[in-house]
Amino acid sequence: MRPEVALPVLLPLLSGAISLLFWRSRPMQRFTAVAGNLALLVVALWLFTSVHQDGYVTIQMGGWEAPYGITLVADMLSAVMIVLTAMIGLALAIYSLASTGSDHEKFGYYPLMHLLLAGVAGAFLTGDIFNLYVWFEVMLVASFALLILGGEKAQMEGAIKYVTLNLLASVIFLTAIGLLYGMVGTLNMADIALRLHAAEHQGMVEVLAVMFMVAFGIKAAAFPLFFWLPASYHTPPVAVSALFAGLLTKVGVYSLFRVFTLMFDETMDYTQDLLIWGAALTMVTGVLGAAAQYEFRRILSFHIVSQIGYMILGLALYTPLAIAGGVFAVMHNIVVKTNLFLISGITRHLQGTYQLKKMGGLYKERPWLAVAFFLSAFSLAGIPPLSGFFAKFVIVRAGIEAEAYVVTGIALAVGFMTLYSMVKIWNEVFWKALPEDNLVPERETVVGDDGRMVKPSLWLMTLPVGVLAAMSLLIGVFAEPLMVVMNTIGDQLMNPQGYIDAVLGSNVDVIEALIEAPASEETSP
Amino acid sequence: MEPLMAIAIGMLYAAAIFLMLRRSIVKLVIGLMLLTNAANLLIFTSAGMTRGAPPLIPEGMLVPEGVVADPLPQAVVLTAIVIAFGVLAFAVVLIRRAYEIVKADDLDKMKDTDT
Repeated sequence: MRPEVALPVLLPLLSGAISLLFWRSRPMQRFTAVAGNLALLVVALWLFTSVHQDGYVTIQMGGWEAPYGITLVADMLSAVMIVLTAMIGLALAIYSLASTGSDHEKFGYYPLMHLLLAGVAGAFLTGDIFNLYVWFEVMLVASFALLILGGEKAQMEGAIKYVTLNLLASVIFLTAIGLLYGMVGTLNMADIALRLHAAEHQGMVEVLAVMFMVAFGIKAAAFPLFFWLPASYHTPPVAVSALFAGLLTKVGVYSLFRVFTLMFDETMDYTQDLLIWGAALTMVTGVLGAAAQYEFRRILSFHIVSQIGYMILGLALYTPLAIAGGVFAVMHNIVVKTNLFLISGITRHLQGTYQLKKMGGLYKERPWLAVAFFLSAFSLAGIPPLSGFFAKFVIVRAGIEAEAYVVTGIALAVGFMTLYSMVKIWNEVFWKALPEDNLVPERETVVGDDGRMVKPSLWLMTLPVGVLAAMSLLIGVFAEPLMVVMNTIGDQLMNPQGYIDAVLGSNVDVIEALIEAPASEETSP
Repeated sequence: MEPLMAIAIGMLYAAAIFLMLRRSIVKLVIGLMLLTNAANLLIFTSAGMTRGAPPLIPEGMLVPEGVVADPLPQAVVLTAIVIAFGVLAFAVVLIRRAYEIVKADDLDKMKDTDT
């Protein structure tokens, strides 16, 4: 019995339920948000230390042994993702205290945030492919509601695209699960992995691999399936944007890592080229899209797409080092991208707009904010010694070792283009003088408890920004111990037998004997 | 039975995608509804259809006799139906609100966020 595997899912659900109970009491909901996410972080660190000691930690839900019940399983990858989720959750909860107006809080902002985190944590921990679908839907429904909170025109238009394409991805995912079940007769991912290796129609396995690639590709916003992301991520309140930017696409990336290393590792000679060129085009289109934009959050949205390319490239190169680099990129990106969105919220709060042309002069006015932006932006572009440099360095090195010179060259070139966009924001927002037509920057106000307009507390907004910027620096400075963790992840993902043994336990032999036996044995036990 | 189901499911997918490619947001949502139903039927069919053999274990035995229907896809489909119901309810409310705000049942008029 290992409760720490189930708790990261249960805690946000509990916090969400408590928030719902206190529907009318905003202070109580705010308290639950911070306390609940703090508890989540503690549990996440507990899970991380357990996984660090034992390698794999599993819990069989309801006491039903795998492959019959649902297994929650944490390997190093899941544990790292859970820790990051909890950190972003806490940072966002604190930031939301100041940035979210009562008109949003009244309509269930905090309960939805907890449910979203529960969905994300569930997706990271589950060992059952249909359960993964369910957690995806939990996450999606919460994100739908958060996306339209406030009900502005742009939000509705963005939401229609977001909802349609994400539902389409879900249906493709569900279709693939149905066909997969028809082939192997099980939903447990470890069990599927064993049976797929012995499957009769390897051509069908490749078709399924591509279906999963498309479904998760849409969720991860990979080329050419990313259009919903830049059309919707700049529309909701900024804290919601930041939460989406940090976590949601990464769940798609995580799922790609999981299914392609565990279940479809033998189709790699067919799917590898698709993944590599998908990754290369994702990087290029994302960064080119950003170059044309002059709206703070839209530039950042296109850069999410571009960065997803690096993560998928890490998977596509398919060596332990490349996977370590890909996961390093995920970790770095979650911290940095969330922080950039949070900074865009502060600048909007200070100058009343997201349009770069209308902003300016913040370097003089807020030097520390400029430093935080500088750290995050140049980390995104991959300047040493910040976190992005090591992510890029490891992927590039893995690319050269795998002799994939063209994509490696593209990855390096995209780094320069990222720098261009970041310098553009730096010049427009921080460096140049405030344009004269933006007379007095109107500070954003929110409606207080008593209906009066109040100025949100800047202190609460800058605290998470400062911490996340410092983390980006610390990830860079302490890259060595983190790289040890990443290498563990690379080894674990490239040797799925450890995962399979951890999930199925002593049943592995039984299942292997069943696969050896004629097929008629399976239908009538 | 399976070939018939396969044809019906294929037609459902085709109709759904045709509707989703229309510009009207109402047809878009109807397309989504057909699509989720098609996926549910597909799970049901691909797991193998066994008629008239409920997965019941006779009294005093530990395993069912002979070939029985697989209960797992039915549980999976049931879950998927409930999820699709919730999500589509949201989608219907969304297009209503979008229609109220944009005042058009036309996706080509909803391009504000694309540029």
